[in-house]
Amino acid sequence: MRDFAALFETLDATTSTTAKVAALAAHFRTAPEADRVWTIALLTGRRPRRSVTTTELRRWAAEAAGLPDWLFEDSYAVVGDLAETIALLLPPATAREEAGLSDWIARIRGLAGRPEEARRAAVLAWWGALDGTERLVFNKLVTGGFRLGVSQGLLTRALAQATGRDAAEIAHRLMGDWDPATTGYAALLLAEDRAASGARPYPFALAHPLDGVPEALGPPGEWRAEWKWDGIRAQAVRRAGALHIWSRGEDLVTPRFPDLAPLADHLPDGTVIDGELVAWGGDGPLPFATLQRRIGRKTVPKALLREAPARLLAYDLIEDGGEDLRALPFDARRARLAALVAALPPGLPVGVPPLLDFADWPALAALRDTARDRGAEGLMLKSAAAPYVAGRKKTGGWWKWKLDPMTIDAVMIYAQAGHGRRANLFTDFTFALRHGDDLVPFTKAYSGLTDAEFREISAWVRKNTLERFGPVRRVPPDLVFEIGFEGVQESPRHKSGLALRFPRMLRWRRDKPAAEIDTLDSLRALLP
Amino acid sequence: MPRRDPVLRFDPAGIHCPAGGFFIDPWRPVARAVITHAHADHARPGMGAYLCTPLTAAVLRHRLGDRRIEVMDYGETRQIGDARVSFHPAGHVPGSAQVRVEAGGEVWVVSGDYKTEADGLADPFAPVRCHAFVTECTFGLPVFRWRPQAEVMAEVGDWWHQTAAAGRVAMLGAYSLGKAQRLLAALPEGPGPVLTHGAVEGVTQVLRDAGLALPDTIPVTAETDPKAHPGALVVAPPGALGTAWARRFGPASTAFASGWMALRGIRRRRAGDRGFAVSDHADFAGLTGAVVATGCERVFATHGYTASFSRWLAEKGLEAGIVATEFAGEDIDAAPEAETPGAAP
Repeated sequence: MRDFAALFETLDATTSTTAKVAALAAHFRTAPEADRVWTIALLTGRRPRRSVTTTELRRWAAEAAGLPDWLFEDSYAVVGDLAETIALLLPPATAREEAGLSDWIARIRGLAGRPEEARRAAVLAWWGALDGTERLVFNKLVTGGFRLGVSQGLLTRALAQATGRDAAEIAHRLMGDWDPATTGYAALLLAEDRAASGARPYPFALAHPLDGVPEALGPPGEWRAEWKWDGIRAQAVRRAGALHIWSRGEDLVTPRFPDLAPLADHLPDGTVIDGELVAWGGDGPLPFATLQRRIGRKTVPKALLREAPARLLAYDLIEDGGEDLRALPFDARRARLAALVAALPPGLPVGVPPLLDFADWPALAALRDTARDRGAEGLMLKSAAAPYVAGRKKTGGWWKWKLDPMTIDAVMIYAQAGHGRRANLFTDFTFALRHGDDLVPFTKAYSGLTDAEFREISAWVRKNTLERFGPVRRVPPDLVFEIGFEGVQESPRHKSGLALRFPRMLRWRRDKPAAEIDTLDSLRALLP
Repeated sequence: MPRRDPVLRFDPAGIHCPAGGFFIDPWRPVARAVITHAHADHARPGMGAYLCTPLTAAVLRHRLGDRRIEVMDYGETRQIGDARVSFHPAGHVPGSAQVRVEAGGEVWVVSGDYKTEADGLADPFAPVRCHAFVTECTFGLPVFRWRPQAEVMAEVGDWWHQTAAAGRVAMLGAYSLGKAQRLLAALPEGPGPVLTHGAVEGVTQVLRDAGLALPDTIPVTAETDPKAHPGALVVAPPGALGTAWARRFGPASTAFASGWMALRGIRRRRAGDRGFAVSDHADFAGLTGAVVATGCERVFATHGYTASFSRWLAEKGLEAGIVATEFAGEDIDAAPEAETPGAAP
């Protein structure tokens, strides 16, 4: 695994995309083929299923390191990564193991289903034969938590370099359902017959955030506008008589949406629709929180299916009658989508929300201001003439123009040290609003400030700690921040009775004294 | 019988010895300050009088200008009021001392910052028997385990050679007092000269003048032509990397030398090309060993992972507490100004 660990270190250490692509391409030229396939699998999120629970791993590691459980947990809280914590805490290796990546994965998969004592003995022996980054990678593999900051774009560029094939074709070949344990490198990337294979979705087109005004995009007549729905991005693939629902994370989520099953009977074969899955309230989407109750459940109870029925809001047609439409302009794809959906019998859980009418940009801006009332989080702008382009590319002409967040001014009352890359700074804050004479905590936030601001606040927290509760420090209610969020809802689980969606710090209000923060009632006034 | 007055008290101005009427590393102005070492969070301006080791005094004069500074060597003893005070090597940076204070038959030791591995430059850490030990614990978690200095220095040397071979400048971020000189002294022979940032060069020259054997360096000035020094290693305070000052060297490979580099997350946040885990603070085993070696009954943890480390000691049967101080430990994020020596007004 030394080669793979070296690749991991190189990718980890550099921020240069050129260097990352070069390191990956070199790996794909020289590593054994089985290892290459597993590298591709790991970088596209196809991790081996975990064969050891994290609870077991923590226990074994604490024992092997001779540490009490609480000290193991304190260390984990600072490092922020279980695999790394264990790699650091274990005593240095006493042997050397030279197996390759695919051999290690085979060993790890072989642990599944064996009794705890056997798995424990195997893992302890392997820990004793791996050091540093190899031990870290092993831990990430065994817990099923392997991740590495390499975008699909970089991976496909590297594979294109290594194979001499077109990057877009490579990207498509990597999509969908293939098993690295049974797929060869040549079959995956080079064989000719994979193009139309079964359930495989297309690489998703992604939108750039629109900073500033849409005027910069040019004449409004060249653009199409849609509501930006707050749901789950998905492709519905209907081929060979079967329906497959893919989420953007390339998870096959078909079983979680049994309410979409009727589409299998009515969509023509060779259809791929791109759209947003939402919980549907009859004439509009329900809040994301309603859909969220369905996410993460393998089977959805009947009552929830009735309360939060799923619907596919279709906005693009990528494949029609088995024909790949991606090279067509948006307007043409859209017309075919409308025709296809119009031909379906009524009552199916799919719809094509109409494009928005607007004469000029100011008119569109005025429409955008009403997004919240429509259950949307803003607008999508799409170039009428652009093809369907994989990834977040300017040529794809997709822009998201979200509403400005709601804001409220609050005071920090607790601070907690961050972990991982922010382990030596206080970055996780709890905020309060005024309620009569009391300060009521209502949200936490840990992003939105610059490193310099976090450093300054960390120094302040160290000097102004009033009380410690484990890793949490109570501080005087002096520092005021503007908190931004996307929505607010009732929540009996929270002391304030309210829960925010995507809270973050917009800025540090050095100009504002704590006496002038907002009240809990002013936050309640923002409830939908 | 009521317990005696403690030898040291933790006051708002700093660690106070009532019997001797002095403070150790105070953070507010006091009449009489005993200083463990010359880092800015331990030796601050504005004290009426300073007492420290001769090497610390030399750096202190460089940093703070002309002050009332008295010196005392390691192992000497001085009576101050009703307290007897002596300095003992802390191994942290050249001149750094632990302060032993004896009053009313009881001995307390303030470690300042310390490391237990001998670095070949600073006088190595010497444990001092005491009743109560005031310890730092910047790296007081078991995830911090330093590799032997020789191994890490060899890695730094390899990186320097590889960088030079690629035709680039190797730029290393290191504290200007201590870490920088330790690297200068311990690095293997490189492919080119060592260039120094003004903050690093200033302290290095002071220590050279005070008699430390340090290799030759070339100070970087406004006139320095980077192309005239192929294969160079540039040593600068961490905060200077990524600034306009550093950009004059063109495409460089940047690295940081700090204990924090042991954590992947922090290595990535600093976004350098390399991170070398080398610290002038003790690692977890070093801290634990140092506490045990004092034979003390009571421990006070001042800065770092105080909650975890004091609990760890308490489970070993020691009376361990946490005291709030304004010491910063090893701050990889410090801006260069914070540690750049500036002449006193």
